[in-house]
Amino acid sequence: MNIQVDNLNLWYGDFHALINVNAAFTEKQITAIIGPSGCGKSTLLRTFNRMNDLIEGVRTSGQILIDNENIFGPETDLVTLRKKVGMVFQRPNPFPLSIYENIAFGLKIHSSVNRNMLDEAVQLSLQQVDLWDELKDKLKKSAFSLSLEQRQRLCIARLIAVKPEVLLMDEPCSALDPQATARIEELMRELKRNYTIIIVTHNMQQAARVSDETGFMLLGELIEFGKTEEIFTTPKDKRTEDYITGRYG
Amino acid sequence: MERHFDEELKDLRKDILKMSDLARESIAKSVEALKNRDKAQAQNVIDADSKIDEMELVIDEKCIDLLARYQPMAKDLRFVTTGIKINADIERIADLAVDIAQRVLELADKPLLKPLIDIPKLSEVAQNMVREAIDSFIKKDVALANKVVASDTEADNLRNSICTELTNDYMSHDISTVTRAVPLLLIARHLERICDHATNIAEDIIYMVEGKTVKHHHE
Repeated sequence: MNIQVDNLNLWYGDFHALINVNAAFTEKQITAIIGPSGCGKSTLLRTFNRMNDLIEGVRTSGQILIDNENIFGPETDLVTLRKKVGMVFQRPNPFPLSIYENIAFGLKIHSSVNRNMLDEAVQLSLQQVDLWDELKDKLKKSAFSLSLEQRQRLCIARLIAVKPEVLLMDEPCSALDPQATARIEELMRELKRNYTIIIVTHNMQQAARVSDETGFMLLGELIEFGKTEEIFTTPKDKRTEDYITGRYG
Repeated sequence: MERHFDEELKDLRKDILKMSDLARESIAKSVEALKNRDKAQAQNVIDADSKIDEMELVIDEKCIDLLARYQPMAKDLRFVTTGIKINADIERIADLAVDIAQRVLELADKPLLKPLIDIPKLSEVAQNMVREAIDSFIKKDVALANKVVASDTEADNLRNSICTELTNDYMSHDISTVTRAVPLLLIARHLERICDHATNIAEDIIYMVEGKTVKHHHE
């Protein structure tokens, strides 16, 4: 599913946080959004499932087309949108429930399912994030008994269970150690076979390693967007070059 | 913002320039030795090569160290990877100067086959190309690098005419000239290879400055 962003502007009250952003995100690819703190990258990420709607005083103009449908349109159902476009956060945030219930929770909300269907979905989701083998005998244990990396995988499994099409990841590895980070990156590469992934990261090496395309944002503007290998070896805009070579600031 | 990394890059640049000065000196001395049939000078070139070999290792190590510790991006990445490549080219240029010096040792005690005309011309082209390739690195001068790339044809033509002359006018007529003609033929070949390495350096500089690959007419 391609995502098309056209002339997107967003204001928090008087603050113009996204300025005329235009971009096309390719289906079943990983796109990284990089930029200094406060540049608007997380704001942009949160527009894709309209998470910013939860913040008071937010205004937007322009459009975001997902499946050729403007998500700001009056007919957009937010529950359906957020099922289709799921989000993984910086700190893994499992529900205070069992491992099993964490995954079953979304399914129970979104559809009427029987126990067998739930069992199957839980297994499949945990398999997709490589947790099944280690957790299949501990499904009734609290999700809080898991390591940070396992929790983050569980949060991804929780999204996958409701069959999304897009996964938004906001600094998904920043709470993890380098080994766990490497394993989550491997998981992302696996997941992109089935999902369109957009990741916001401060870690430029991570963006360079995992993404197919990269966008660089500065002061609310999308300065440059292109193939990752080009952005990191031959960026076109001096501001991109200054940022990725550490000269910015 | 001045970065510690910039200091390291400056050091790397200094090392590359020092090594290229030594390589250029080796070419100049080997060509001089040929002109004057000076065996001592030729031996000097051969003896000086170990210093250049050592520098190659040091520069390589520095580049790898910078890649590992800083994981440079964009123009920094292009600078360091270009450093690795031109380091190898400069070392090969110095090796070719040694090859010329060895040919001088082979020729020095024999009467000259013919007055040298095209070989000095080719050696001048080679020295200019190396100088300009290194200058284009120092000044990040793409126009100069392009000039070096364009000069390679002149070098090829001179090498060809030297080979044709030695083969057709000497070796095919009189087999006794072979022992004196072959070293000259090889010197032409060594000089032309020096020009090829200067061309490689210039092409790498174009990539370093503009991010464009011009090698193998890839555009």
